[in-house]
Amino acid sequence: MKESRTLPTDYVSSPERTSSGRTLRTDEMILNMGPQHPSTHGVLRLELVVDGEIIVDVIPHIGYLHRCFEKHAEHMTNYQQVIPYADRMDYLSSMCNDWAYALAVEKLLKTEIPERVQYIRLIMAELQRIASHLIAVGTYAIDMGAFTPFLWCFRDRERILDLFEMTCGARLLYNYIWVGGVSHDLPPSFVEKAKEFCRDFRTTLKEVHDVLTYNEIFIKRTANVGVLPKDVAINWACSGPMLRGSGVDWDLRRDDPYGIYDRFEWTVQVGKGEMGTVGDCWDRYIVRMREMEESTRIIEQAVESVPEGNVQSSIPKRIRPEAGEVYVRSESPRGELGFYVISDGTASPYRVKARAPAFVNLSVLPEISRGAMVADLVAIVGSVDIVLGEVDR
Amino acid sequence: MTAREIFDNLKAKFGDAIGEAKLDALQPWITVAEKRAKEICLFLRDEPGFGFDYLSCLSGVDYPDGKLGVTYHLFSMNHKHKIVVKALCTRENPHVQSVSAVWGTANWHEREAYDMYGIVFDEHPDLRRILCGDDYPGYPLRKDFKVPEFYNGMKVPY
Repeated sequence: MKESRTLPTDYVSSPERTSSGRTLRTDEMILNMGPQHPSTHGVLRLELVVDGEIIVDVIPHIGYLHRCFEKHAEHMTNYQQVIPYADRMDYLSSMCNDWAYALAVEKLLKTEIPERVQYIRLIMAELQRIASHLIAVGTYAIDMGAFTPFLWCFRDRERILDLFEMTCGARLLYNYIWVGGVSHDLPPSFVEKAKEFCRDFRTTLKEVHDVLTYNEIFIKRTANVGVLPKDVAINWACSGPMLRGSGVDWDLRRDDPYGIYDRFEWTVQVGKGEMGTVGDCWDRYIVRMREMEESTRIIEQAVESVPEGNVQSSIPKRIRPEAGEVYVRSESPRGELGFYVISDGTASPYRVKARAPAFVNLSVLPEISRGAMVADLVAIVGSVDIVLGEVDR
Repeated sequence: MTAREIFDNLKAKFGDAIGEAKLDALQPWITVAEKRAKEICLFLRDEPGFGFDYLSCLSGVDYPDGKLGVTYHLFSMNHKHKIVVKALCTRENPHVQSVSAVWGTANWHEREAYDMYGIVFDEHPDLRRILCGDDYPGYPLRKDFKVPEFYNGMKVPY
């Protein structure tokens, strides 16, 4: 199809004009941060319009890792084959991606999930949440110039990866949660090792609190920086720690329930502006820290009561959902991960759209960075906790 | 509010702009006129009974009958109810009114739908491609898209 384009096609910005068509004033200049920059956490290019040290505007350029997951999904011969691709979206929380996709297809199929599978999925997702938040907190510490907590975080994350490796053989991209079940049963020593981890992990959390959370320098760098007000957060559909950091008491595990979260005792953590304003970088950070504690509580309760059963009895041999569509969302470590799946009654999905939380959370970046200093942008980007594999899909 | 009530309210207010609806679906949906999407969405957001303040997801779709469409998954934080809204447009004239003035989050979602399906969102503040390069030929998620053999002189391996 031939069509005339009325939009600006030059993507390299000229010295006078940004790529979104904004004309610069004489004292403004464009500064590119990324795509190869340690604090952009991946290949993200931020086109900054700066006036001296002050940021006037930010234009994020994404798509460097784009491989069109959605096109791949349409070309699979089976619904189960999409799962390895879902793994690779948010590569720090593959378990949660798998689960979200499986939930969507199961809803189309109206599959009943066995109790044991429900418990295993929940334990895996919560371990994954801790692992993912550990990376978020660890790399954030590095961004702010603290090296030690980074090592502690990676040390403990390694133990979670060991647990995953014990269970399914993979350390990062698991292909573990399948439509209707999981690929492997828990190994015999899993429960013991998970309990051991939870016990030791509380010590790590305390250490990180001591050295980072209430550290004067860290607070100076993060409190009152990048404030995201409540109404902006909702209007820009932020989710996860980003939304809760802004003081919105909202968690899909409780408010749009899936799995068996309602059986355990845990609380939703929200930012209260303890060190500065509600919705600043410190609030987003502390929400992640406290969520790890809550996840530990959930795991401790869940491993106590995993019922017996077959983990593969409900996996359908042949997946052909009736024609229809469904949008199912779940709480991934970064926020609302939704899958919009359209079935046309055949064996492969007609359309799969992933609503990636990091994509949406990143889109609010210009709103919260205007007027900040260039050095503060590092703090703001780090606090959003993006994974570019998911932003670009 | 149930999907039926939402549909009746919209129908009373906007009449012909509200099209076909499927209220007994797994997740009920309502079709709206693509040229009046903004107005209708603003009403859905600001009317106290609706209060759809959270746009969960906005997706482009290429339907089997050759039409293109946009699907909005709306949610209300206050009332905790959901509705799915659809706007359809033709392949020859793929124009849908932008809702990025209603929900900020629609900005990037609409750029993605433009990038993948070539749906032009009228009144969008900054409609550029977002994931593909600006010189990418065609719209990859359309069902009739053929992967080009060469891209900028480089052979596409598969």
